[in-house]
Amino acid sequence: MADQDVRPTAKSSPIDVTLLLLDLAVTHVVARGRQTLLAILGVALGVGFSVAMAALLEGSQKDFVEQLINAIPNVEITDERREAAQQPAQLVFDDAQFNSLTTREDPRGIRNPIAVTGAIRANVEGRVSAALQVQGVIRYAGRDTGVSLSGVVPEDEISVSQIGDDMEAGLLTDLNSRADAVVLGDDLAESITAEVGDTVTLVSPAGDIYSYRMVGIIDSGNVAADAGTGYLLLSTAQVFAGRPNAVNTVRVSLDDPDTAPQVASWIESQFGYKSVSWQEANEALLESFIVRDIIMYTVVAAILLVAGFGIYNIISTITYEKTRDIAIMKSLGFYEGDMRRLFVMEGLAMGIAGSLVGAALGVLLTIALGQVEFVNPQSDDPITIPVIFSPLHYSIAIGIALGSAVFAAYMPARKASVLNPVDIIRGAT
Amino acid sequence: MTALLEARKIGRVLDETIKVTLVDDVSLSVGEGEFVAITGPSGSGKSSLLYLLGLLDLPTSGDVLIKGQSTHDMTPDERAHVRLAELGFIFQFHFLLPEFTARGNVMLPMRRLARLSQREQHERAGDLLASLGLGDHIDKRPDQLSGGQRQRVAVARALANDPALILADEPTGSLDSKSTEQVFTILQDLVDKAGRTILAVTHDLDLAGRMDRRLHLIDGRLASDASADVEVPHDEPPADNREPANA
Repeated sequence: MADQDVRPTAKSSPIDVTLLLLDLAVTHVVARGRQTLLAILGVALGVGFSVAMAALLEGSQKDFVEQLINAIPNVEITDERREAAQQPAQLVFDDAQFNSLTTREDPRGIRNPIAVTGAIRANVEGRVSAALQVQGVIRYAGRDTGVSLSGVVPEDEISVSQIGDDMEAGLLTDLNSRADAVVLGDDLAESITAEVGDTVTLVSPAGDIYSYRMVGIIDSGNVAADAGTGYLLLSTAQVFAGRPNAVNTVRVSLDDPDTAPQVASWIESQFGYKSVSWQEANEALLESFIVRDIIMYTVVAAILLVAGFGIYNIISTITYEKTRDIAIMKSLGFYEGDMRRLFVMEGLAMGIAGSLVGAALGVLLTIALGQVEFVNPQSDDPITIPVIFSPLHYSIAIGIALGSAVFAAYMPARKASVLNPVDIIRGAT
Repeated sequence: MTALLEARKIGRVLDETIKVTLVDDVSLSVGEGEFVAITGPSGSGKSSLLYLLGLLDLPTSGDVLIKGQSTHDMTPDERAHVRLAELGFIFQFHFLLPEFTARGNVMLPMRRLARLSQREQHERAGDLLASLGLGDHIDKRPDQLSGGQRQRVAVARALANDPALILADEPTGSLDSKSTEQVFTILQDLVDKAGRTILAVTHDLDLAGRMDRRLHLIDGRLASDASADVEVPHDEPPADNREPANA
């Protein structure tokens, strides 16, 4: 017998080995039913609860922001200038002092409003409504009540605000039915005991007295607004204000409210009028969100960390318990790499199973949370917990679960795979 | 002819807080068809020597040659492959995987080697078990078998890849006298009838006396190498002083 090469000549195909290891992994995992169930449950609870918690926290935040966005226009363009216009003399003479200067009168209203709304419509993805804001006074029972009147095109105004949904009686589009139609806030209507169909008397800034027929009532939920707001048709408001064709406010509702600051600055650079995004209008409130975000992500990260630790604990315990099997298989001629792959597969299998169960648990928990109703003492509408379903939450939670499962299986398996089988064989008998 | 197994001045020193010499400068050679006993008192390094010869452990000095080839410079994976393809192990404890049936356990080394098709492996495992008198227990799991039956499954597993050399570490050490006789007869038949080569550690002088050749170790050194016709040295514990049988 010549010196025969006892080293591997042709390695058995990697696919065969992988299949064998997969079979071993499945057999192990299935045979340890209770432990496996425990591990899967551990992963599932971690994934499920962190996802539900994230859904709750981000859902409530999103709900709050949405209410904020809906309450005011995404971008509001008024006929103001951000910087007070410089007088012609100031432009010519530096540091000069003028006395008895007659200032140049700035005409009120947005110049050429049709061109402005047209340009915005053409360049911005969203909806635009042009309005004339004018102050009036309602005269009733010897008392004068101030009222902010908006002259609007009803269809446009509905497209940029929630007013269409806030109507308590009648419709905003009923303004189109007659030239003298008016819609008032519910608290205002109540204070003058007016009902739909009644005639109300309004005094314009110039002192002219007009009679309008009330065709609708608004209940926006905001008492301050409902006690002093009214809507007229744009053309009616222009007559009331004595300013034909004038528009002094343009409201924009964007498809993506997050782009409001860019849109606002673009409009301002184009037309020079002060354009305020909803973010600018709520700067202080949004700043408080940073703190809220930190709290939210800390809580979710803590849950994931605890879940990851639990997963590590269970899976590494199971792997440690299999140290003897690793020694047996190594003595039979299995490679060190085989052992690592085997236990990583087992950890991964439990991680995947747990993640799937956990994702389902997360969906159920989130739905259940969304069903909970609270009674609001201030209103008849019950309050529900706002929740959202975000694929990102599920991917992060599952990613961390799978990562810790693989890590938890790999670490002890690596340790066991390089162990000298002799140490375990000696100790086992 | 090249020896099947050859040890060249192998030594194994445990280098922990205190240096312990387990095996000291042992040279030996085993040819095909031999039934060799490794005997010696407790702690004399019998098992340690067997693990070195079976490539389960690395010698700190010297070299082990399998079929004439040095294993000194082999990678762990290459040594694993030699164990898989050329060597079969039987331990004192059966070391079967509890989740697998008798057939599943016997098939394990065949599946890793993948020299035979799945069906051939399946059949061969059944044949091996049947030849060892386990025809009725092929699909039973280890916990459904008796100690002697388990050890016979372990023997079948050692034979799975048709190894050149079978290494046994106290193969009957945890068995009662009836099962001991049964397993020993199987090993003897493997040598006498199937022409296999077996190297077995035992402290049972009775059994050692029935083997072809005895290597006697004292304090990790090879004290004597005797064929059956030579007297067995009597400086050992009596044969009935066996370790208690494992349940």
